[in-house]
Amino acid sequence: MTAAVATTPRTGSRAFRALLRSETRLFLRDTGNVVFVLGFPMILLIGMGFAIPGMRDAITDAPEPWYGLRPIDLFAPIMVCVAVATAGLSSLPAMLAGYRERGVLRRLSTTPMRPQSVLLAQLVVQAGAVLVGAVLALVAGALVFGIPGPVQPLLTAALVVPAVAAIFGIGLLIGGLAPKATTASGLGMLVYFPMLFFAGLWTPGPLMPDAVEAVARFTPLGAASQAMTDAWLVGDGMPWLQLAVMVTWAAVLSTVAARTFRWS
Amino acid sequence: MPVPDTVRIPGTDPAVGTDPAVGTDTVISVRHLRKAYGPKVAVRDVSFEVARGEIFGILGPNGAGKTTTVETLVGLRGADGGTVRVLGHDPQTDPEPVRLQVGVQLQESSLPAKITVVEALRLYAAFYPDPADPEELLRVLGLDDRRDTAYDNLSGGQKQRLSIALALVGNPAIAVLDELTTGLDPQARRDTWRLIEQVRDRGVTILLVTHFMDEAERLCDRLVVIDEGSVIATGSPAELTRDPQGRRTFRMRLPDDSDVTRVGLETLPDVDEVRDVDGEVEVSGSARVLPAAILALAEHHIIPDEVRTVTRSLEDVFVDLVARDTEESA
Repeated sequence: MTAAVATTPRTGSRAFRALLRSETRLFLRDTGNVVFVLGFPMILLIGMGFAIPGMRDAITDAPEPWYGLRPIDLFAPIMVCVAVATAGLSSLPAMLAGYRERGVLRRLSTTPMRPQSVLLAQLVVQAGAVLVGAVLALVAGALVFGIPGPVQPLLTAALVVPAVAAIFGIGLLIGGLAPKATTASGLGMLVYFPMLFFAGLWTPGPLMPDAVEAVARFTPLGAASQAMTDAWLVGDGMPWLQLAVMVTWAAVLSTVAARTFRWS
Repeated sequence: MPVPDTVRIPGTDPAVGTDPAVGTDTVISVRHLRKAYGPKVAVRDVSFEVARGEIFGILGPNGAGKTTTVETLVGLRGADGGTVRVLGHDPQTDPEPVRLQVGVQLQESSLPAKITVVEALRLYAAFYPDPADPEELLRVLGLDDRRDTAYDNLSGGQKQRLSIALALVGNPAIAVLDELTTGLDPQARRDTWRLIEQVRDRGVTILLVTHFMDEAERLCDRLVVIDEGSVIATGSPAELTRDPQGRRTFRMRLPDDSDVTRVGLETLPDVDEVRDVDGEVEVSGSARVLPAAILALAEHHIIPDEVRTVTRSLEDVFVDLVARDTEESA
């Protein structure tokens, strides 16, 4: 066994790369994923910009920092949140529950590859999908509507990490417990729309009532949206409270998900 | 009719002896395995040994504890009692070498819907340090023309063959195949059987779990019969089908005008029972029952039109054993 043990690290990274390639291919082969996870934020942004009246007229009835911006400009950070939620709440739980339902995880656990690696590969692929989906939306927004870039680009980008961690925590929890892919999808959708509501998709920036905003601050995606909106439009430094909210959600959810995840 | 006690090959009783070290030719050793799910005992007491290079069968009705036994062997479940050694390793405390050297085909386990045959093989090959050539496996298993077909678009037989290919892609010492041919049509079953024999000829030890008697009879060198969580028989198919009391049975068709009652076959010392079965006369008795009966008939100038011996199939044995087991536990 010494030979096998000696080759394990090499086999391990080669095996994980193969798994990652395979998961990426399978993700892209699913039309739903491509249209919804990668394309939806962009389609939504462009659709709203053209379909909803007044989206491209400057705001004159709200104070700074909103004054002078167009409503469509407020949607740039929200679209990043849409990308995070779509991957983490619509695609991830269904993929994981489907793998368990089909026995993919059970089958893997009889090989030297651990089923935990499939989880990791899925998280990497879905995080990549968030980036692609968000970048597509932002580039389209800049090209079509001239939406300005973030005031604090690095901070905005950095805030995507805790946002992904918190939302993917929900996805892991659902995917780890739902017995079937369809159940996971349903549960994911049940969380998806409230999350988008708190992220301000229907009431961006100054349109969100104060009471709702106060509640939203303590939800994973609401905190993400507020933090990114700050970094994008205002740039007055680290939104500590929202960051703490996201990190707490991420820690709690991933701990619970790790304890409750059913492999077979 | 008396039924045999648990049939064992002399000197191989796996439950005898306390030394947990296994011989060099024993690749799997299970002793007094016990596993319960809450109050439900799935495996009560299962012991057997598998020698290198053989096709070993675990036979039993649905729900007998076969799958639980196998899941314990491959490390998917921990045992509640007894010892399990696979290639000298405990699958629970030392799972790595077991995962490396045991290829598994499990019931109700499958692949992502859209992965293609060749992708699945290449992916699984990457998990092992010294994998088999996926291209060769594709050829051997007759999946070459389905290489780019998505898993969900394969037929049942093709899925099974891919599943076997995945169990073999790591170049395992042991392949565990659970309910391999369930749901296959007769031709696909026969093709699969041929394949199993080819795999054994490559030097792979095969543990075959099945509830099909004909499959076990055709393929297995040795087998255990499990019912309600316990081993009720161990041996080769020939040993199990041989009547332990040395009883023989034959059937004959006599000319229409012959009056067999005046022969008095049942009064012969070698004859236990004479029955009429579908217009044929079935005679059971000692090892000498056939010549004794034919001789007695010849003395009365009755020459049978047709005579054939009746061999117990594994199915008969199985039904006897399971029926007795059920009676005893009732």
